[in-house]
Amino acid sequence: MKLEPLGDSAVIATLGSGIDAATFASVLSFADAILASKRAGITDVVPAYETVAAFYDPAFFTETPGDAYGEVCRFLESCAERARFAPPASGARVVEIPVCYGGEFGPDLGRLAELCGVRAEEAVALHAGADYLVHAIGFTPGFPYLGGLPDALRTPRRDTPRAHVPAGSVAIGGSQTGVYPVDSPGGWQIIGRTPMVLFRPMERPAALLRPGDRVRFKAVSAPEFASWK
Amino acid sequence: MEVSVIRAGMQTTVQDLGRRGHLAEGVPVGGAADPFALRIANLLVGNAEDSTALEVTLIGPELEFREAAWIAVCGARFEGVPAWRPLRIEAGGRIRFGRRLQGCRAYLSISGGFDVEPVMGGRGTLLSAGVGGFHGRALRDGDVLRSVSSQRHLSGHWSIDERVLPHYSTEPTVRVIPGAHAAEFGEELYSSRFGVTAKSSRMGLRLEGPRLVRRSGADLVSTAVSPGTIQVPPDGNPIVLIADAQTLGGYPRIAHVAAVDIPLLAQLAPGDGVRFSRTTVGEAHALARTEGRRIALLHQGLAEKIHPE
Repeated sequence: MKLEPLGDSAVIATLGSGIDAATFASVLSFADAILASKRAGITDVVPAYETVAAFYDPAFFTETPGDAYGEVCRFLESCAERARFAPPASGARVVEIPVCYGGEFGPDLGRLAELCGVRAEEAVALHAGADYLVHAIGFTPGFPYLGGLPDALRTPRRDTPRAHVPAGSVAIGGSQTGVYPVDSPGGWQIIGRTPMVLFRPMERPAALLRPGDRVRFKAVSAPEFASWK
Repeated sequence: MEVSVIRAGMQTTVQDLGRRGHLAEGVPVGGAADPFALRIANLLVGNAEDSTALEVTLIGPELEFREAAWIAVCGARFEGVPAWRPLRIEAGGRIRFGRRLQGCRAYLSISGGFDVEPVMGGRGTLLSAGVGGFHGRALRDGDVLRSVSSQRHLSGHWSIDERVLPHYSTEPTVRVIPGAHAAEFGEELYSSRFGVTAKSSRMGLRLEGPRLVRRSGADLVSTAVSPGTIQVPPDGNPIVLIADAQTLGGYPRIAHVAAVDIPLLAQLAPGDGVRFSRTTVGEAHALARTEGRRIALLHQGLAEKIHPE
C-alpha cells in the first residue's frame, strides 16, 4: 500500500495498479475498516478503482505536534492491518435496473451498434446480459462507474459532449457503462433510460448504489417504463 | 423576516461551509467558494460562522428588507456596499450592489441567517444537482427569501482589522503541495503566470498559460479529488478545482492548493492571473492553525460588541 498526500486535507492510498478483482476487493475492505473505526476527524472515505482517499481534519490529529499527516498515515496503516484479517465481505448486493433501450430514450443506440458491427437488438441483448460491478461513485451525485461491459460494446465517447443529458440516461463510455442520476452535461453514448431514481437527496443513503454493488440491466418496453414504480 | 430579490445579479446563491460525509456518494463539498469571507460575514452579525449567507458573483443583486436587520458583506468589493463591517438596514430599506471594484465573490450575511432546509447535512446550493439552498438554484428577480428572526444589538462604529484578511489580489501567488504526478511535469507551474479564463465556475478555475506537458503517457485510473486539486487535462491547460468540484477525477494531479489559500482563488475573475509556489503538508497545516487562531481572536473581540437584544 502506498500513501501520499492529496493536498492538506486527505491521504490517498493506492492498493494495486489497474482494475482487477483482487485489488478492488482490498480497496473495499480497507475502506470498510476505516469507516468501522469511527475515528473522529476522518470526514470522508472515498474508494475508487485502485485507491481509497481518506479526508481528515488536522485539528483531530495532534498526538505528534506538527505531524498530523504522519499520524493519519499511521492510523490508515493500522486500518489496513485490520482489513487484512477481516473476513471477506458476504455476498455483494445485486441491483436490477430496468432500461427502456433505444428510441427517444437512447438516441445513440443505432450509431453505437453500427460502430460495434452488430444490430441494435444484439447490442441491447449484450448490454442487458452482462454482470456489472460498481467501481466508484462520482462525476455527479450517485453516478455509478460500472465495470464488466462486454468487449464488443466498447465505444469511444462522443467528440462533443452533450450540454444536457436527462436523468436516468444509461450510457457507454469507452470500456465502462453508467447511469446519469441527475440532469447534467455528458459525453457518453446514450443507449436507453431507466425509470429508477439513483439519487434521492432527502434519503439516507442518498445514492442508490455504492462501490462493490453488482448491477444487472433488464430491458423493458416503453409502456413498462411509463408504468414503472 | 422576508428579503425580496429586486434584481438577482449574475449568480447569487445561498451557501454555508459545505457538506461532509457524502463524497463517497459523489456529492461535492460545496459551500462558499471563499469560506473565509463567509465565516467573517457571519461573525460580524453575531451568527455562528457556518450559518447561511448569499454568495454574490461578479454582478451583485439588489435586495429589499421587510424589517430592520444587521447585515455584513465580505469578500469582493462592490460600489455602494461597505465591506467587512456590520451594516444596519432599516425596515423597507434596500441594498444595491454597484459596479464590481475588486474580487469575484462577495458574501452577504444577515443576523439569524437565511432560512432554508438542510439537505445532506448542508444548506448550501449545489447547482450541478439542483439541490440545497433556495430551491436548488441561483436566485431570480422576484424571489422572496426568509431569514431566521433574531434581534441583536451591535455597539459603536467599527470595521475589522484588515491585517486578519487573506492577501486578496488580482495576481496572487498561492501555495501548493505537489501532487502524485508532479514529477511527470517540468517546472512551468512554478515559473509562470496563469490567466483565469471565462470558462471558470464554482466547479473549477480553468487557467491558461504555458502548456503543461506530461512526460509520461501512462493511463490513469480515476481517483478522489478535492477542492484545491490542480488537474492537467491533455490540452495542457490546468484546472484548479474549487467548492463544487467533482468528487472523482481522471487527469494527472500536478499539485494541490493549501486550504488557507483557496479564498485567494475564489476571488479571481476572468482576466486575473495566478502564480504558484511550493509548500508542504506540515506548513499548510501550520498556516491553517494560525488562521484559526486569528479568527478565534476576532470572534472574542466581536463578542464584546454584539449582544442579543
